[in-house]
Amino acid sequence: MINLKALALAACVAFISTAASAQSLECGDDTLCRVKAAGTLKIGTKDDYVPWSYRASDGSFMGMEVDIGKKIADGLGVKAEFVKVTSANRFEFLAQGQIDLMIASASDTADRRKIVSFVHPNYYSSGYSVLLPKTIKATEWKQISGQTVCAVQGAWYNKPAQQEFGVKILAFAGTAETEAAMKQGRCIGLLEDDNQINVRLSKEQWADYQMPLPVMAETPWGMAVRHDDQFSPFGYFVAGMVAQMHRDGTLLKLEADNGIKNSAYLIKMHEALKDHIN
Amino acid sequence: MITDIQTFFRELANSGINLTIFYDAFDFERFITGLGNTVLLILASTFFSIIIGAIGTAILTSGRAFPGFLVRSYVALFRNTPLIVQMYFFYFAIGSIMPVGQNELGLPEPLLGSFSWAVISLSLYAGAFNVETFRAGVGAVHGSYEEAAFALGYNRRQAFFAVTVPLALRFSFASLSNNLVDLTKATTVAYAVGVAELLYVSNQIWSDSLNTIEMMNVMLVIYLVLTGAVVFIINRVEAVMRLPGFGLGDNQ
Repeated sequence: MINLKALALAACVAFISTAASAQSLECGDDTLCRVKAAGTLKIGTKDDYVPWSYRASDGSFMGMEVDIGKKIADGLGVKAEFVKVTSANRFEFLAQGQIDLMIASASDTADRRKIVSFVHPNYYSSGYSVLLPKTIKATEWKQISGQTVCAVQGAWYNKPAQQEFGVKILAFAGTAETEAAMKQGRCIGLLEDDNQINVRLSKEQWADYQMPLPVMAETPWGMAVRHDDQFSPFGYFVAGMVAQMHRDGTLLKLEADNGIKNSAYLIKMHEALKDHIN
Repeated sequence: MITDIQTFFRELANSGINLTIFYDAFDFERFITGLGNTVLLILASTFFSIIIGAIGTAILTSGRAFPGFLVRSYVALFRNTPLIVQMYFFYFAIGSIMPVGQNELGLPEPLLGSFSWAVISLSLYAGAFNVETFRAGVGAVHGSYEEAAFALGYNRRQAFFAVTVPLALRFSFASLSNNLVDLTKATTVAYAVGVAELLYVSNQIWSDSLNTIEMMNVMLVIYLVLTGAVVFIINRVEAVMRLPGFGLGDNQ
């Protein structure tokens, strides 16, 4: 009797799991097919990077990168599901399949291309500089050599800033900790990308700060997909969406909507790709 | 010799195992600094946590009510809250109300840096466990030893330090070695307040070179060696202090 029950139960479980996986099995390695079958696109994004990607008071994701992600999901006719990633774990999340697309303010560098594939055209661009209080009269990087600056763990510019300009890095897990540490005087300024600094400077609370040092290593940002997806329907689709958003000015509009001054890179890309007839 | 090692690991990197710390001078330096800081954290926190444990136990066993209450409150507070919360509390909350000095640019500079706060936090955390360990050790010494000491003309104080403490210490080793292994592993939490210890530097290295898996394996091995060393040292001390015919250490 017990054996019969167990057999029936096993059969039930087997049937349910087969039914659930059948749809995704038929797709094989085709990510586009799998995403459409599942009805959701899993996008990895940060949650502490105002105004590109952050959380609203109700816990949902907001920001320019989130808006871009939603546009891409809309284009596919699926729902966007955002997964929180950090600078230190985002590439592993993508490579291991927890997410299918990464839009997490990642600079497109040669080392990173060994791990993931960046979608072209790039959707944004940034370099790095230091946010300093106005009391510090430095205009050259060499003037702050040997000083401590706060940074986020895992940021790509931590190494070049140390190697080329001899600054000391005090790194924390998120931007909130770096701000707290700077306000307590644990470092003279924040080592960040220039976009982030520009956004800060547009706010009242940062009125006593400035970005006096030249912006270094201007590098484009890229969305990333797994290597297998680069030359596949999924990779081509995302690339096409990015090109279209440059062409019709969507990216410029999203940037302005999120309170960011239109950046030189987006203006240049829009000029290059815009419709020649109108 | 050094160039041979560097060449070997460069070639290894081409075959897919990228250990930058063995051929990139900058990464090597960072890694050694991290290892040094981890070892320093372990040594300093071990030292202070044992002192805290000893003082706490002395107060608890003295039988005075109010100091005993304070020690029990301390143990309860530090044993029942997560270490990372304590670390953030000390660094960001207590740190912000501490007096500040001035650096050469005339900007305010806190007197205690990340490393000092990490040592304070880790010592208090491990100290709370050590108080319980030593107290249990004292409790395990049978009352007859103390009575025998009294009979030989010792007073309470002399009997405690000359008879109870040496025996209690021997009862405490097994549990103490647990606490210190735990402390060794807990030093990684210091990365949250920006102490450049092993996890912090490894995190930075794998973010730059994207050799996450290799660095995680390196860390695993290094922490295994570090905890092994801690256990080895405690076992040696235990062996040296062994009393023939007394306690559990006799058969080892």
